[in-house]
Amino acid sequence: MVRTYFLLLWTWTRAAAAYPASFALMTLLGFVTAGIDVAVILIVFANTTTLAGFSREEVLFLYGAASLSFTICDTFVSNIDRISQHIKAGTLDTFLIRPVGAWIQLTADRFNANRVGRIIQSALVLGYAIAALDLDWRRAWMIPVMVVTGVVIFAALWTFGGAMQFVLTDAPEVANAFTYGTQQLSQYPFSIYARDLVKGVTYVLPLAFINWQPGLYALSRDDPFGTPEFMRFLGPAAALVLALLAALAWRQGIRHYRSTGS
Amino acid sequence: MIELDRVGRSFKVKRNVVHAVQDLSFTVSAGEFVGYLGPNGAGKSTTIKMLCGILTPTSGKVRVAGLDPSRRRTALARRIGVVFGQRTTLWWDLPLTDSFQLIRHLYRVDRASFRTRLDELAETLDLGGFLRTPVRQLSLGQRMRGDLAAALLHAPEVLVLDEPTIGLDVVSKAGIRAFLRRVNTEQGTTVLLTTHDLGDIERLCRRVMVIDHGRLGFDGTLDDLMATAPGRSSLEDVVTHLYTGTTS
Repeated sequence: MVRTYFLLLWTWTRAAAAYPASFALMTLLGFVTAGIDVAVILIVFANTTTLAGFSREEVLFLYGAASLSFTICDTFVSNIDRISQHIKAGTLDTFLIRPVGAWIQLTADRFNANRVGRIIQSALVLGYAIAALDLDWRRAWMIPVMVVTGVVIFAALWTFGGAMQFVLTDAPEVANAFTYGTQQLSQYPFSIYARDLVKGVTYVLPLAFINWQPGLYALSRDDPFGTPEFMRFLGPAAALVLALLAALAWRQGIRHYRSTGS
Repeated sequence: MIELDRVGRSFKVKRNVVHAVQDLSFTVSAGEFVGYLGPNGAGKSTTIKMLCGILTPTSGKVRVAGLDPSRRRTALARRIGVVFGQRTTLWWDLPLTDSFQLIRHLYRVDRASFRTRLDELAETLDLGGFLRTPVRQLSLGQRMRGDLAAALLHAPEVLVLDEPTIGLDVVSKAGIRAFLRRVNTEQGTTVLLTTHDLGDIERLCRRVMVIDHGRLGFDGTLDDLMATAPGRSSLEDVVTHLYTGTTS
């Protein structure tokens, strides 16, 4: 399955090579957009030393972690967004006659390597923050766990979004609200948000486990909202539950596909 | 090879329920070449999509090569070949050979049998001249031949064709018909063909099924079909009679 996925990526990369100018422009654009996010954080800290109790490096740490998970999924999973076009045009049919799962084919659909640059950029921000912060190295194991947990949560959100398109064919933006919205939300320490919102994204939709809860552990910080210590370790379990629900929704979506006339 | 037992598929359109296919039962045995006819909107494509597992039936039972298509879709995909005349399954920006290579990997066809199979298909479908051309630059006739080859590279037991000759000129049509006949007689591949081109039916199909309003209206040999409307000599007249007669 993994082999098939990479084979599809390679195929689409060669197809994209037919349009080199577009590749160069999109790579540049990706760098600029991601650069703006970092610039905003730096501008905020030009005027203050802490943001809701967190230092510049700590905020960059949280941003870098969420951003790394997000950009990985944005590169390797977000292609699933195109499902709404495929459903409308009926071209999803051609995916369903192949002996490979539709999810694998769609997450690789028209893959474009121009987003890889943003993964590197996020990794650099996270790397800088780790180097600049005086972290407790006995807690460093949480950092890779956090990034993987984040990848699984974002991938699940994108899968949910894709599954929703079988019902809401006319509203692909609704799905974006979850994926891109979550990315925006997780750029800052959750302590800047209202208590009820944070409760919602902890206990209802487990977005707090992308970087906030595990990040607090890695930074040796207590939760300003006072959640108990064991919550820092629930990320992988929450991600797994969310992934299973997403897989179920996806399956249901495929079974309810209606295709188009002719 | 293909079995349908009281299959139905309905769609909710706004508040109404449309029955695209109702109480449809038929069996196609291995090695048959069956034409599947019906006016626009009769339920042909819906049937085909249920056979491939693209659509899940709302009622009844479907079996293709012994598998339930909607539950075992990817397993079934290895054993059937599907061609949609209206849309390509090839990769638009890639040369034809690259699409074939990818298909080889997706269907896990071993290198040696792929080689012989491709040589054979390239020769019978005359693909030699445009194997290195990106699919988007192919003419419709060339693309269709490419699609046919792609559907047969993994040597499927069943070939399902949805209007494969649509929009093709007479020469291209003749080439494709000759090829389909060879696939059926020489390799014993079971073929189910939907088309609006009665020439396809006359030249290829021993058995014809006609669907109208989602129900099977006729199932028999071409001669039997001609006999349903005595006094009419051309297949076109007979089919017109059948379509308008059953519409009431």
